[in-house]
Amino acid sequence: MRTRQVSVFLVRRILALVILLLLISFLVFGLLYLAPGNAIQVLLGTHPSSPAIIAALKAKYHLNDSFIGQYLLWLKGAVHLNLGISIQTGQTVTSLIGSRIGLTIFLGIYAFLISVLLGVPAGVIAAMRNRSVADRAIVGVSLLGVSVPAFVSGIFLLYLLAIDVGWFPVYGPGGGFVDRVWHLTLPAFALAFGVMALILKLTRASMITVLEQDYIAFAQARGVGPVRVIIRYALRNALGPIITAGGLILGVVITGAVLVEQVFALPGIGTLLITSVEAKDVPVVQGFTLLAAAILIAANFLIDLCYLFIDPRITAGRGAQ
Amino acid sequence: MTVITAPDTGLLAAPRKRGRRRPSVLIALSILIVLLVVACALAGSQIAPFGANAQNLIVATQAPSAHHLLGTDDFGRDVLSRIIVGARAAVIGPALIAVGALIIGNALGLIAGYFGGRVDYFIMRLADLVWALPGLLIAIVVVGVIGGGYYVAVTVLIVLTFPIDARIVRGAALQQRNMPYVEAAVTLGISSRRVMLRHIWPNLLPLVMANTFLNFAFSLVALSGLSFLGLGVPLNTPDWGGMLAQNLSLIQSNAMACLGPAIAIVLTATSMNLIGDWIYERLSDRGRAR
Repeated sequence: MRTRQVSVFLVRRILALVILLLLISFLVFGLLYLAPGNAIQVLLGTHPSSPAIIAALKAKYHLNDSFIGQYLLWLKGAVHLNLGISIQTGQTVTSLIGSRIGLTIFLGIYAFLISVLLGVPAGVIAAMRNRSVADRAIVGVSLLGVSVPAFVSGIFLLYLLAIDVGWFPVYGPGGGFVDRVWHLTLPAFALAFGVMALILKLTRASMITVLEQDYIAFAQARGVGPVRVIIRYALRNALGPIITAGGLILGVVITGAVLVEQVFALPGIGTLLITSVEAKDVPVVQGFTLLAAAILIAANFLIDLCYLFIDPRITAGRGAQ
Repeated sequence: MTVITAPDTGLLAAPRKRGRRRPSVLIALSILIVLLVVACALAGSQIAPFGANAQNLIVATQAPSAHHLLGTDDFGRDVLSRIIVGARAAVIGPALIAVGALIIGNALGLIAGYFGGRVDYFIMRLADLVWALPGLLIAIVVVGVIGGGYYVAVTVLIVLTFPIDARIVRGAALQQRNMPYVEAAVTLGISSRRVMLRHIWPNLLPLVMANTFLNFAFSLVALSGLSFLGLGVPLNTPDWGGMLAQNLSLIQSNAMACLGPAIAIVLTATSMNLIGDWIYERLSDRGRAR
């Protein structure tokens, strides 16, 4: 019975997500189709123009087709992971993104690990010592984290640790794993500051609610050890709201990565987005946006799946409503 | 949603024994910083010791001195003057976003909370959708491709902020909806519009005020990020985010050209967040809803 419910739930969710992704792809394509500026001019650059060249370019990029025709063509390509050709570089969008995404994923995971490893324990401690000096200090740090954009914290770290004392490299991605970790440490911490603040805030609020519950008091009264009470009884139940915010957190990580890559001159996917935006390289911007949307949607789907495992009370049937 | 039990006497009339207060020095300092920034935004070019765009290549890229308190950038422009004049871009956009989201969000939130039904359902789904969207990233793509700079960014950020405001107001309005005073007003035959605006809304004011400050801080951070990427104000207009980007290459010769505007962003955003949290905390159970 339960397996059946789970599979109905999954099929429904996946269908909804595909429809959502289609809708977003249409919006992305439509928005960029309407963007001012003539693609032919961008393509020509400083080359001399002639009617024959313009006609050839129009044919090559299907600019003579109707809007819907162009969209369907683009969508068909996108399904086959063919997102068109970058106007600026002449490479395929897929290979451009593919060659740069590794660095951004590395940076994102590095920053996410820092955020979770610092944010969750700090949030738990703040909740346990609610309204103490330690709590105030932790809340103060998280307030600062929310107020300081990733590029600003990046500049402070760059100045203090790379230029002033010279412990870390000023820019560049580094080669090899150890060198890369060393090069990406400052960018990752710059990115992690805001993300950590968010996770900390969510953990603290959620833990405060859970720690007030009767079952925590009962567990303590039964003589369950404090570590076990905090981790097995409280934190597990407090995880719900934190995981729900996973999509939000991922969004902050992606946005922050775009800014941080600019500060540290890292050739990741964020820098690709900015150079493409500046050059009005529409296929790359479309590809990036679709990819970001797909990642966010997939993450939200995984979050739904996590719920099935974390909270056994949620029967799949009810979750699908 | 947080329980608001404050009487309808507005913001200052709720000294609670319960609320742990932040050290008031910090709040006083925050208010002072915000007033200073607003003063600079209003009269920046009169206060600034030098013209914000006055170039003097003879003194290009100088470290801080008695003459140029924060030094100069690579065009010989006075960094302090540019920070002072740049306060305008740091105040106008965030203020527009905060007020725009306030008006639209409150109107929709009140209607949703008061009437419920389909409007309510629609607004809540919209808020669900917007909540997980990376607002700044959308602004980057839209502004970068459509163009239009600062004010297009402001519009995009209003659109991405008001549904969240609507949800917060809706939750609070829903709680007021069942209070005896609302029933009394309805029984007296007062129109729904008047009940919403004159009876319910004043009771939500503390929450709304706090939220507006938090929105301001978020918008400042977002807009300065856009300017940092070269997608905000026009190139010549002094702007803190733009200065950061332009002066990043000077970080070894005159670090203050870069750190100065960074500090300005941090101080202003932190002050706004502190004030918002303080209002919220004084008047509600605890800032759990955010």
